Amino acid sequence: MTKIDNGPPNYRDFLPPIIKENYGKWEDHSHVKPGVLVHYGPAGELFSIRVGSPRLVSVDFIREVCDLADEFCDGYLRFTSRNNIEFLTPHAENVDPLIAACTARGLPVGGTGNSMSNIVHTQGWIHCHTPATDASGIVKAVMDDLYEYFGRDDLPNKLTIAMACCLNMCGAVHCSDIAILGVHRTVPRLNHDVIRKTSEIPSLIACCPTAAIRPDPKNKSVTVVEERCMYCGNCFTMSPGMEIMDARNDGIAILIGGKVSNARTAPSFSRMVIPFLPNTPPRWPETVAAVRQIVEVWLEHAREGERVGEWVERIGWERFFTLTGIPFTDKHIDDYIFSRESFRTTAAFKY
Amino acid sequence: MTDKLENGPTSPTTPTPQLDDLEQGPWPSFVTEIKRAGEKSPMATDLLGLLERSFEDKIGHWKHGGIVGVKGYGGGVIGRYTDLPEEFPNVKEFHTVRVSSPSGWFYNTKALRSMCDIWEEHGSGLTNMHGSTGDVILLGTTTDKLQPSFDDLSEAGFDLGGSGSALRSPSCCVGPGRCEYACYDTLDLCYDITHAYLDEMHRPMWPYKFKIKMSGCANDCVAAIARADCSVIGTWRDTISIDQDAVRKYVEDGLDVQTLVCDRCPTRCLHFNALTCELTVDGADCSRCMHCVNTMHHAIKQGSERGATILIGAKSTIVKSAFLSWVIVPFMRMEAPYTEFKDLLERIWDWWDEHAKTRERIGELIYRLGMGNFLRGVGLPPVPQMVFRPRANPYVFWQKEEIEQEGDEKSEVVAP
Repeated sequence: MTKIDNGPPNYRDFLPPIIKENYGKWEDHSHVKPGVLVHYGPAGELFSIRVGSPRLVSVDFIREVCDLADEFCDGYLRFTSRNNIEFLTPHAENVDPLIAACTARGLPVGGTGNSMSNIVHTQGWIHCHTPATDASGIVKAVMDDLYEYFGRDDLPNKLTIAMACCLNMCGAVHCSDIAILGVHRTVPRLNHDVIRKTSEIPSLIACCPTAAIRPDPKNKSVTVVEERCMYCGNCFTMSPGMEIMDARNDGIAILIGGKVSNARTAPSFSRMVIPFLPNTPPRWPETVAAVRQIVEVWLEHAREGERVGEWVERIGWERFFTLTGIPFTDKHIDDYIFSRESFRTTAAFKY
Repeated sequence: MTDKLENGPTSPTTPTPQLDDLEQGPWPSFVTEIKRAGEKSPMATDLLGLLERSFEDKIGHWKHGGIVGVKGYGGGVIGRYTDLPEEFPNVKEFHTVRVSSPSGWFYNTKALRSMCDIWEEHGSGLTNMHGSTGDVILLGTTTDKLQPSFDDLSEAGFDLGGSGSALRSPSCCVGPGRCEYACYDTLDLCYDITHAYLDEMHRPMWPYKFKIKMSGCANDCVAAIARADCSVIGTWRDTISIDQDAVRKYVEDGLDVQTLVCDRCPTRCLHFNALTCELTVDGADCSRCMHCVNTMHHAIKQGSERGATILIGAKSTIVKSAFLSWVIVPFMRMEAPYTEFKDLLERIWDWWDEHAKTRERIGELIYRLGMGNFLRGVGLPPVPQMVFRPRANPYVFWQKEEIEQEGDEKSEVVAP
């Protein structure tokens, strides 16, 4: 019988000696250059070389990364919360040869300090059963376009972009500087046969946040009050008979200005600035252009140290729409359950 | 045209012009990675063909759900079947295995290579390093290969992560492993509680998912406050310390301390004397946001009385909107064996289990029943750090013992 409940491996077995010696005793750090950090402790210094990855990687990619870690880092490395790889070495003389070896293999070095880090994202059409769009393809297209900002650390502050292929938001995109979000726009098409065969009707009715799903006892199924549905897709998670994916009408929304750090201002949600862009594989040019435009207006107008949301809150959202030329529509005004807090209740504003 | 593949059936190679385009450009390409895996695995080749079809059709081609698993576990494997099995037979079954990752995602190459060998033998050879929960995602294998995959992973010292209505794999920032900002040992806490609650992680028994994320400071590098039902964020209770020599060095190097540090301080608790180059703090006014420490880390250090703030309830948009976690314990010492924290977690789980509807996250339950009920239910004292500001309405739910009852001879009403 195979042993169950091993639990995760003990991280202590994977710490390089310099980390074991400096564990909990780190004193300070410096940004050497984009992609390179050095941390100082009583036992000496540690260099971290951050490298972007496509997140979806083959075992041969991992082996190649292991080869680099064996050659330059005594076999130690880690991954970051944004799917980057960090090579860890106490040997200063290994830093530049390692960077050269990464560059030669097409691995981008950067993502530290005031740079754009890797995009955290979900599975999309690769492996998800509820997506409104792909994820890896859009991420690749956006990262190709904004590539230089991964390797530069002279932005006003850090820039975190996240991508989720539906409203379930497995990637927690709702607090990102720029969030790319797959959205549905049409009510689910009811497949009554499937609903009858596979669904627990009371749970299906209860799952709807706007009470749009009503029982249909005669049919042993449900009906949908179409004007109440805001296409969240929660019912599809409950029942495959609530077909929510719509090739012609699914697409992408852009939300901006969220953050999770507590520095200066409280953590905050991203806010919708573009309610819909079409699904246009393989490179989603409308989405790529929209993200670039927002980044460029931020770069031009933000003060040193301002995250996207801090900049917009300072100048005012009304100014953001003026500066970017993004049209403001009825879709931008919240009409879900916590809408009131976003209505302006002062006579002071800009144009 | 067919590709002969050594370790699998022959697989028709469909042209993939759209995906081929995504091999161009400077950012590393996931398409190249799928093709690399396809050199050894017909599953990966069919995945590429199926994905190209999604690019053409602008729709996903995975069927809804699917229950699969391995012996002894109620989760950790996500079942996946394509809706085009005739055209892409090698991804007819394409299940995902979640592997619990070491704290802070630290590895040595020996461990990683052993995982690669196992997945090359039993699966598609494709992975996510890592998935959103923090697990290693082994992407795609058949139902009959799940148990052999797990057996070999277990033999190599690995284990499954969480899925479904269970404790999801806890995850944490790099912490004291490489960061001087860590106010508690995130790596150890993550390892300790994951091992303490393996049953809760591997055998789903709750109303819905429950996530615990641990960040060593308020910079919150793992986004605990945005996505964890229980967010543990490092902080300190005394006052920051300021090294005046290091401040002078910053000034000499050209840092505009007044504009970039003092004026950006949310509580304006820092004062800079431009003549003497002295930076002082009004400690009682500091809210410990980390801005000055981030900007002047050579000069400003966090206080020495360190621990964590415990917050509850974060989740993303579905169903009742996204929530950020709310403060429930402003300061808790975080030292092994973390008894106080574990006791609190278990009280929270009991209350949630007793009151929640199916698929109701703890934050939604607290919102439905009220924070007052939650605090009384788990035995936490109300403190002003829990709110930005008090209520603006008089609709208080008074408790029975707080109200003078008919027939009470002498008032013994407990003041609220």
